[in-house]
Amino acid sequence: MATIQAASEQRPVIQLVNVNKTYPNGVQGLKNLNISIGQGEFVIVIGLSGAGKSTMLRSINRLNEITSGDILIDGQSITRAKGKALRDIRRNIGMIFQSFNLVKRSSVLRNVLTGRVAYHSTLNMMLGIFPKKDKEIAYDALKRVNLAEKVYTRADELSGGQQQRVSIARALAQEPKIILADEPVASLDPITTERVMDDLLRINRELGITVLVNLHSIELARKYGDRIIGLRGGELVFNGPTAEATDSTLRAIYGEAILEEEDNKGEA
Amino acid sequence: MIPNQTTLPKKTGKVKFFTTLSMLLIIIVVSAIITDVDIWQLLTNLGQAGYILEQMSHPDWSYVSVVLGPLVETIRMAILGTAFGAILAFPFSLYVARNMESSKAVSGVLRFINNIIRTIPELLLAAVFVAVFGIGPFAGIIALAIFSFGMVTKLFFESIETIDEGPIEALKSSGANRLEIMRFGVIPQVISYYWNFVLFAFEINIRASTVLGYIGAGGIGIFLSRALKQVRYDRVAVIILIIFVVVLAIDYVSNKVREKLS
Repeated sequence: MATIQAASEQRPVIQLVNVNKTYPNGVQGLKNLNISIGQGEFVIVIGLSGAGKSTMLRSINRLNEITSGDILIDGQSITRAKGKALRDIRRNIGMIFQSFNLVKRSSVLRNVLTGRVAYHSTLNMMLGIFPKKDKEIAYDALKRVNLAEKVYTRADELSGGQQQRVSIARALAQEPKIILADEPVASLDPITTERVMDDLLRINRELGITVLVNLHSIELARKYGDRIIGLRGGELVFNGPTAEATDSTLRAIYGEAILEEEDNKGEA
Repeated sequence: MIPNQTTLPKKTGKVKFFTTLSMLLIIIVVSAIITDVDIWQLLTNLGQAGYILEQMSHPDWSYVSVVLGPLVETIRMAILGTAFGAILAFPFSLYVARNMESSKAVSGVLRFINNIIRTIPELLLAAVFVAVFGIGPFAGIIALAIFSFGMVTKLFFESIETIDEGPIEALKSSGANRLEIMRFGVIPQVISYYWNFVLFAFEINIRASTVLGYIGAGGIGIFLSRALKQVRYDRVAVIILIIFVVVLAIDYVSNKVREKLS
């Protein structure tokens, strides 16, 4: 992964600069985070529940506001962006959610097409008119996650794993530079988990999209990540290549808890 | 209660039940006294009802051709009234639903207005509009439109408030603006509810529009009123039967469509 690391130093696509997040009740969600992620990296964020993984990820496309600091996407501050500028930055960032967030009553194609919405005029979108090219993009995205045959199926007729792959296709249809995945496999069984993670990895390798994934599982993190970012109580406690995230390092940072949690996940 | 008691513990709350029951009885009796309810009168006048029913049992079928026109007008009134009200209710509901990130102050005011609208009975509305626009179906249509608007809005915005917020978040994260989020994240989730409520309003409006003519707001009601005044129960019977058939048919069709929707 040496080449990827080198690339990241040249051209960060995501930069967190002194990022702090304090919730209204006084709890500090993120503490002075400084992280830089390079083009084409596959980064996994680990940490116990409540460590701030989700808060951090959702700050990157500003589904959450941060209290202080700055977040730069491709050198552009999303923190200060407003209106159309903010939406244009978001358009370049695909997001995958734990609960898939599909419109269950709509067809798979319709769901994937929603990834294209931000590319068109509001008027055309109100009329629901997508150019033919968009439908091709959507269909290609579905082929990438091997769900081409489900294109006209209603989303709620699919299994959880299939729904999550539709949501990956939706993110792909955005033709993004970055994909953020917030606990994408937390509600899936081990076999579908693997398929979803494989899809994400393939997208990263084949399309060069930077992928940032929040995970509970250390095992998965080691299997897929180029780099692991560890959070604890909103603080950055580990940031390095996967090879350095050994059991003893992690135990030193988190105590037994994080390895135990993984075991529990395995049983569940 | 002792936790390890061996027999089934007695159910408490019997006293409460009988108190509620006796309170209800007192309210009913007092109301009856205030409003001069006379059961004796009800019984002695049963003969009169028998006479009317006897008259009605020989309907004047020739009258059908006379009331057919007004009947169609009644149905038209219901269709137009429902349509106008429903069209207005759609954007209004999307605005006032609490999860749609609208201005709290504005949607608060709009919801308040809607609540007021819904407290006014449609007959009263129609009476006002007859005074404003004169006698004729236009007043009835406006009254039905306002009534449907109030009803559909209330039902629709409440169902918008129960949607899955996930797709909204997904669209937001893909760079969609507020209108686009509604178009692709909200409307697909609630559109079948909307049609359901519109059809429901239409069923109610068909029934309501048959009486609106009574106060001059167009439709078959005026003929009903006339026939009653002329003591022509044979004609009253025709009108009632015809309304009955139409309401039944529309309810049936509407119910079938609503089943398909859900």
